[in-house]
Amino acid sequence: MVSPMSVPLTLLGLLEREPSHGYDLKRDYDSLFGRGKPLPYGQVYATLGRLARDGKVVAGEAEPGDGPERKRYVITEAGVTEFETWLKDPVAPEPNLQSVLFTKVVLALMLGRDAEEYLDTQRAAHLRRMRELTELRRTGALVDALLADHGLFHLDADLRWIDLTTARLDALAEAVRS
Amino acid sequence: MTAVIEARDVALAFGETPALRGANLSVEAGEVLAIMGPSGSGKSTLLHCLAGILVPDAGEVLFNGRRLDVMPEAQRSALRRDKFGFVFQFGQLVPELTAEENVALPLLLNGVRRAAALAEARPWFARLGLDGLEQRRSGELSGGQAQRVALARGLVARPQVLFADEPTGALDSLTGEQVMELMVDAAREQGTTVILVTHEPRVAAYADREAIVRDGQARALSTGAGSVAS
Ligand SMILES: Nc1ncnc2c1ncn2[C@@H]1O[C@H](COP(=O)(O)OP(=O)(O)OP(=O)(O)O)[C@@H](O)[C@H]1O
Ligand SMILES: [Mg+2]
Repeated sequence: MVSPMSVPLTLLGLLEREPSHGYDLKRDYDSLFGRGKPLPYGQVYATLGRLARDGKVVAGEAEPGDGPERKRYVITEAGVTEFETWLKDPVAPEPNLQSVLFTKVVLALMLGRDAEEYLDTQRAAHLRRMRELTELRRTGALVDALLADHGLFHLDADLRWIDLTTARLDALAEAVRS
Repeated sequence: MTAVIEARDVALAFGETPALRGANLSVEAGEVLAIMGPSGSGKSTLLHCLAGILVPDAGEVLFNGRRLDVMPEAQRSALRRDKFGFVFQFGQLVPELTAEENVALPLLLNGVRRAAALAEARPWFARLGLDGLEQRRSGELSGGQAQRVALARGLVARPQVLFADEPTGALDSLTGEQVMELMVDAAREQGTTVILVTHEPRVAAYADREAIVRDGQARALSTGAGSVAS
């Protein structure tokens, strides 16, 4: 579900909730975002390693037990900042990015952030792109108009989802936090 | 930039039901504004307040800086006839009149003589792709044709503001977009400001800007080229 680009940011989001072990992160990631495509352990630790190298997380002392996964990871200020910047940024209004939209909404709800504000920003970005495509459709050649239409229908579908999600935020927030 | 229409803290209840609770909105001259929002959130009520059809319980509605909400009804209704045009979800054409007479109606109501009013109405048929339908009655028009006749009627008197409540709501998406395209082109050409209520994103995309009504409150969405990243 989550595009490869967002895995580190999604893990940061999960760590923003509470310091966690790698296997906790994997379990939560798989149940919330995996949708039948679990994150390999190797990728979890490689990602955490890169995040640690970049100062976004710090690894605690290895705890007694076996294997490298007995470390608790804590998000840093820099990590929080990076995650928050990403969360607030509207997704580029291209078709088929619903999965990133979905990820952001679930994380925002889970962390008690203002998901409505985020959805409104996204809605504005989508509509801005739809206005551009509508203009292209009105003024461009037939092929441009066809392409514009394709984009418009996908963005329209996204927007309907955004509408419905906005209307259901309270119920969703409860479901995600419980 | 000058506001043609402005709502300031407009509140209105139908009996116990609050429909608007402090709605604020400002519409610039020549702008096409889409009002969106969930069903029952107060969009139509807001539109009716802006158009002087409903009088708010509290707050102010200004038209060119003048208080619409405190005008006597007779003055408000004269202003609606002179300065405003309307298009609704179902064209609401007068069934006894021909298409041509329907288009001419606002002019006739404004005291324009019949021959002159019909002469003004006629060019709209070619313009909106309605050639040859001038003498039909509303029962003899398709939904899309009837809605284009209603659009011509809404614009024929060159209103300063066109109010449209779900003007494409009863049409399929292709026909709806044709109506939108004609509406926006014609309005731009004659400098008419358009305030459009719609729940369809594809229809709203014809507007310059959109406002959202939620729980009886209106807010403008941010416009301009904001940063967008993935
Ligand atoms: N004439 C009326 N009498 C009583 N209540 C009304 C009346 N008109 C509207 N309402 C109520 O006021 C609220 C706002 O209605 P309004 O028609 O403005 O909503 P809307 O946003 O236009 O909805 P929709 O998208 O379904 O057209 C609703 O709760 C509605 O039930
Ligand atoms: Mg309505």
